[in-house]
Amino acid sequence: MNELAEAVPWLGSRNPKAARAFVLALMLIAPLIAVMAGNTWVRILDFALLYVMLALGLNLVVGFAGLLDLGYIAFYAVGAYTWAFLASPHFGLHLPFWMVLPLGAFFAAIAGLILGAPVLRLRGDYLAIVTLGFGEIVRIFMNNLNHPINITNGPQGINMLDSLHLFGWDISRNLQITESFRINSLVLYYYVFLLFVVGSVYVIRRLQVSRIGRGWAAIRDDELAAKAIGINTRNMKLLAFSMGATFGGVAGGLFGAFQGFVSPESFSLMESIAVLTMVVFGGMGNLGGVIVGAVALSLLPELLRSFALPVQEAIFGHVLLDPEVLRMLLLSLAMILMMLLRPAGLLPAHARYSKPELATAGKGKA
Amino acid sequence: METLLQQIVNGLVVGSVYALVALGYTMVYGILGLINFAHGDVLMVGALVSLQVVLFVQKTWPALGAFPTLLIALVSAMAVCMAMGYIIERTAYRRLRNAPRLAPLITAIGVSFLLQTLAMIIWGRNYHSFPQLIDTTPLQPIAGVFITPVQIIILLSSACLMTGLILLVTRTKLGRAMRATAENHRVASLMGVDTNKIIATTFVLGSALAAIAGVMFSTNYGVAHYAMGFIPGIKAFTAAVLGGIGNLGGAMVGGIVLGLVESIGAGYLGSMTDLCNLPVWAQTANLQETCSNGGSFELLSSNYQDIFAFVILGIVLIFRPTGLMGERVSDRA
Amino acid sequence: MSITLLEAKNVGKRFGGLTALSDVSLTINKGEIYGLIGPNGAGKTTFFNVLTGAYTPNSGEFVFAGSALPYGKPHEIVACGIARTFQNIRLFREMTALENVMTGHHLRSNSTLWGILAQNRHARDEERLITERAYEMLRYVGIERHATTLARNLSYGDQRRLEIARALATEPQLLSLDEPAAGMNATETAQLRELISTIRNDGVTVLLIEHDVKLVMGLCDRVAVLNFGRKIAEDVPAVVQKNHEVIEAYLGSSHAH
Repeated sequence: MNELAEAVPWLGSRNPKAARAFVLALMLIAPLIAVMAGNTWVRILDFALLYVMLALGLNLVVGFAGLLDLGYIAFYAVGAYTWAFLASPHFGLHLPFWMVLPLGAFFAAIAGLILGAPVLRLRGDYLAIVTLGFGEIVRIFMNNLNHPINITNGPQGINMLDSLHLFGWDISRNLQITESFRINSLVLYYYVFLLFVVGSVYVIRRLQVSRIGRGWAAIRDDELAAKAIGINTRNMKLLAFSMGATFGGVAGGLFGAFQGFVSPESFSLMESIAVLTMVVFGGMGNLGGVIVGAVALSLLPELLRSFALPVQEAIFGHVLLDPEVLRMLLLSLAMILMMLLRPAGLLPAHARYSKPELATAGKGKA
Repeated sequence: METLLQQIVNGLVVGSVYALVALGYTMVYGILGLINFAHGDVLMVGALVSLQVVLFVQKTWPALGAFPTLLIALVSAMAVCMAMGYIIERTAYRRLRNAPRLAPLITAIGVSFLLQTLAMIIWGRNYHSFPQLIDTTPLQPIAGVFITPVQIIILLSSACLMTGLILLVTRTKLGRAMRATAENHRVASLMGVDTNKIIATTFVLGSALAAIAGVMFSTNYGVAHYAMGFIPGIKAFTAAVLGGIGNLGGAMVGGIVLGLVESIGAGYLGSMTDLCNLPVWAQTANLQETCSNGGSFELLSSNYQDIFAFVILGIVLIFRPTGLMGERVSDRA
Repeated sequence: MSITLLEAKNVGKRFGGLTALSDVSLTINKGEIYGLIGPNGAGKTTFFNVLTGAYTPNSGEFVFAGSALPYGKPHEIVACGIARTFQNIRLFREMTALENVMTGHHLRSNSTLWGILAQNRHARDEERLITERAYEMLRYVGIERHATTLARNLSYGDQRRLEIARALATEPQLLSLDEPAAGMNATETAQLRELISTIRNDGVTVLLIEHDVKLVMGLCDRVAVLNFGRKIAEDVPAVVQKNHEVIEAYLGSSHAH
């Protein structure tokens, strides 16, 4: 929140309080503005929030602990498929969200441990490649586990997933308040997702300014020195992997409920890379940066879609670059240019306790 | 037995293509300590450029024979890829040479996706069929093994290329400069080696090999596609790691071994995991009915072929990170 | 009679065909400053790395405060009460000085994941305590004014001090310093010397591995000399200085230069 407020141009440095109020207001009214532009835009915002959750989770691994994970989307898949298995006609199970979501998170955390345990000894770039392999293996299984027993339904995926029922209230239905006034279900989803994002930020902030967060940062900065002050680097890395995976799992479950169907296509390497780009673009290790990165890189392609397509039609008479191509182009360029020009990201992380007013907290009593 | 021989031949062919690509990874890693993630996509560009040239030549000089056409295509693809390798190194990697280790890797991933996107813009999303210039119908089977002229050409030419590269690195002045740079940049440059030039040359050489591999790949399989580089790329990287990254001989051995494992493994994976072949299991799983009519219950079918590379990659990196032949170049700490 | 804190028993370490340490035995008493010197390549740093778990010894063992030390697990050895610094300072460069020291408290704090997430009383109290202690520690080594400076922006001497503060935060019984005076000027060395004796006076035993013979002789209570991986002397500085073999080892090495 503070990081986000600081990021507000002009206002952020002058009047942090006003900036904070501005960010809060923007978060709350965003879907109401978007709904005026059409339901598509609310949907885009909903997806942006899911990406924010993913980016926050990946940031835990990459930004905090310094472990480059290129298979992160696999945990998203675990969460989504958990929802599909436990809350859809596929197996005929329809468990409530308060069981499915924690289970999805749990399975994702287990998957994080399974991936983490053997690969922790690997150096940075090797780790990246092996995690990439893990992501691909998960995808290959999702694609092929329809035979001999049909578990995942293969490339077709599973559809008709249950939507999110909050204690008997189906939020995928528009909420009819009065005869003429109703709240769009996409807007409802927005607020539910927002709640999850705020919760994640809350949890991650607490971790960040704790002995655990410091342990991760120590491993990131200098693993040998971290060992030399008694940090059990293996356990801390495992914790980072499984915590990061947990967020992926929760986001995956929400994705399944929101989208209504899951298929291996949604969990390609490109998605892992996209989330990584969001983290890198915004600023590894800085929560505000990561959020801005995720929102920016999930909205930008859509904005481009709505502007660039008509422009292309007007100039060339047909669409030269379709939206998917535009998105890939944007992401890959963002990744390269950011590394070359501003490797710390849009909003670089700054060391905690670097500001006198924060650091004096403990000083007075000492 | 015949199946096994057949799988071995297929494995050798595909393995030698992996080996060519693996050489590019291993050379760059040896010198820069960088996993050039975009290397597989150079292969893809090579394949698509050669396709374009073949189509062009066939249209303009239809009288030209198959071999001259392919040769023109190959040379053009190599030229394009070499230029591209140079540009990539110059613009994206050179500035990051002393950056923290993850920065160049992230950039390389970016370059890889940029190349794919550009290819998608130029050539679209569709699979393009690659004209059959060389006969892909199998020759008269020898000992029951079918082999096509394309496969023979691939085997022979990659053997020649690898020998050539080994000679280049071990016998020439350029090769010595490359080895010196791999050992220690700073010292090499103090000894008068223009390390920037050597690194650029390495990229150019690797890209040329990737271009050739790309042409081989698409002539053998008869298709080209904007995303075709990823899987061979990751497999070639696995081959490089398997042989001991930074080690040229290792990359070749690794490529061949991976090709064989994959091909033989894919051939037997199904029957090996067929529960019907394991009566005890079949009984426990209550499969008598499925199995009785000559049916099968394969837990893993050959669809899982691509998993081999990833699993081997993981196992080698975890248990023997220096590979089968040892890592020649020490870790850049 | 003083109490033994650390006893090295016939420690040996080989790298391939090269014997870096052979049969090194020595005892460090509680409350002393123990110096380990020797010419270049004598095995000082190897000894240090074997002790602190960076390498596994090929033979022998260490007995620390009455029980055998585990091999090759740096973080467990720190937990037993042996802290170390590095020859080429290794700080967490992107953290502030304060945070470096707070990180040093990792080992001696025990808030659980759930405690931290729930911010229960224990976690909150511990966090406050860690911050206070870290400030105290910075004051102790004399760099409190730089608490909020990034470690990489500190001066060389201050980086050394910070590294010592971070090591002390692990609450060691034995503080092992690997060539702490390397690269320091005379003033900085004098200040360092003062700091080391303060640390000892506050009850922490110090193992000092040093190149600077003058510093060692002036500061240490007892000194051991290594040459070619063997211990050739162990005694109070005045005696060691007169030891025949020691003089030869040093002269020999200086001739070789």
